[in-house]
Amino acid sequence: MAERLIELRDIVKSFGRVAALGGINLHVDKGEVVGLIGDNGAGKSTLIKILAGVVKPTSGEIFVRGQPVTGWSAAKSRAAGIETVFQDRALAVQQSIVTNIFMGRELAGPFGWLRLAQEEREARRLMREIGFTSRVFTPRSIVGQLSGGERQGVAIARAISRQADLIILDEPTTALSLTETEKVFHFVRRVKASGRSIVFIGHNIYHVFDIADRFVVLDRGKVVLETTRAETGSAERLIAFMQRVAHPTAAERAL
Amino acid sequence: MIDFAETSDLGGSMSADPQQEPLHPAERPLRRFLLGNRAWLGTLGVFVTMMAIFIAANPRVFSNWGLYASVLTTLPVALFLTAPLVYIVTAGEIDLSFPATMGFASWVFALVVQAGFDPFLAIVAAIVVGMALGLLVGSLVVYANLSSLVATLGMNFMLRGLILIVTQSKSIALVTLGQTWAYKLFSSQIYGVPAQILWGLAFVAFCALLYNRHRFGVQVHVVGDNPDSAREMGVDVNRVRVKAFVFMGLGAALAGVFSTMINFTWWPTSGDGYLLPVLASVFVGGTPTWGGIGTVVGGAIGALIVSFIQTGVVGAGLSGFYVQFFNGLIIILSLLGHRWNQSRYR
Repeated sequence: MAERLIELRDIVKSFGRVAALGGINLHVDKGEVVGLIGDNGAGKSTLIKILAGVVKPTSGEIFVRGQPVTGWSAAKSRAAGIETVFQDRALAVQQSIVTNIFMGRELAGPFGWLRLAQEEREARRLMREIGFTSRVFTPRSIVGQLSGGERQGVAIARAISRQADLIILDEPTTALSLTETEKVFHFVRRVKASGRSIVFIGHNIYHVFDIADRFVVLDRGKVVLETTRAETGSAERLIAFMQRVAHPTAAERAL
Repeated sequence: MIDFAETSDLGGSMSADPQQEPLHPAERPLRRFLLGNRAWLGTLGVFVTMMAIFIAANPRVFSNWGLYASVLTTLPVALFLTAPLVYIVTAGEIDLSFPATMGFASWVFALVVQAGFDPFLAIVAAIVVGMALGLLVGSLVVYANLSSLVATLGMNFMLRGLILIVTQSKSIALVTLGQTWAYKLFSSQIYGVPAQILWGLAFVAFCALLYNRHRFGVQVHVVGDNPDSAREMGVDVNRVRVKAFVFMGLGAALAGVFSTMINFTWWPTSGDGYLLPVLASVFVGGTPTWGGIGTVVGGAIGALIVSFIQTGVVGAGLSGFYVQFFNGLIIILSLLGHRWNQSRYR
């Protein structure tokens, strides 16, 4: 069996009397792409925030590489190698790719002076690692000049530069065209090939199906379906699965 | 994006080594320099054009060194204010309190010199006071979460009012200043060149390096660009903002000291006249109002443009009534030029 990176057991999160998550079990193995599917309000974003340590669960257990972790927090999540790429607020679009990659942890020498050449070399290496290269831009290019898919590439390169073992991508393809989506998939495959794991979130099955190895469908705070791509075979069959197993509206809305 | 597309001249640089990618057109040194510095190069273009028109209008007046010496004597004061203000604007804030900070810090300088202490000590005192006021203003804006536009406007009136109340609007003459080492070092003439312009240029160079090649500078950029993202990535956003105001306080203190040394006198209104010209210099220089990007060198050239308009208009033979009109004209034309030059950023 593959090495288990992180495991959530029976996670409950209540906001007052409203239960956002009602006992979630979720695990991510090394080198695996998990597609997390669910409608708006299904509990996806709460679950991501718990993984990122920004939101604390009301009850439940978290295991990192098989070891139980107490006092889960954003710092512990980061220390465990989890990086989250949030949908809108990830990048500073008027800055260069290099600046974005090293935001908050600039490579600096004595007295805080930047090692610009080293930063650029390192950025080039990271970009090459995820197959994020082009004749159209350089590490010094301004992020605002890049397309939506390429911007996701910058965010992914940044996550990798922070020694991430698990990268959570929050709806990375929702606003993208087909070709741009394909670019993001390309980066994801490269990240996977490097042995890292990815949780890929979407509310549309077609956005997630082609890239994920395993699907976790959330509805109203519960995991209603967990299956692999090998089991399902096609997006249509996954939807049929969902119609049989899941709350019917989840399947309808996923279309 | 468009001008990146021309890759036809790349053919010869293809290499067999897969690690060695062909040199991107934007990475050829000249191209890279032009792309990275387009904002201030545009400002330089405005300055050169403006001077060419002035010189053509009256070559005799503009071949007189005295005209340039007088601009170079007063320009440094504006430089000490303009360069830090670029940081503030880049961080997404504005500071209208620097004239009063300048007046306050130079007041301390004048008092310490008047009390018979060495001017070097007085300079240190002025810097400490200027930075403390910057800390006060910055904390007010950042931690009390006030609009920097309104809060710094209020602080400007308050600090100036305090000066007027205490001094009863009396100026301080520093007759002994001319004999001191500090004066010789900071304010004398070196082969006809006013010493303060050298200090002003050194300060601008330092600010430009700090802005582009230092952790503080790059954090000012990202905080002004996307504070949420910066916070997410571990940048202490509030601290960076406060630091920018403290840095403004340092610049205002230096400006005050130099202005007092030039005049041998401290006036209770010291700094007042700099508010609008310095703001104009920053924006004429190519730093946009929305934060995230800017140029220190451009700001310095902007200050040069603003200083030369008055001298130039009068020198070119027009009456002084034209000065304001041309001030405005240059500001508007510069903004239009920068909008066209940098449209790709937004």
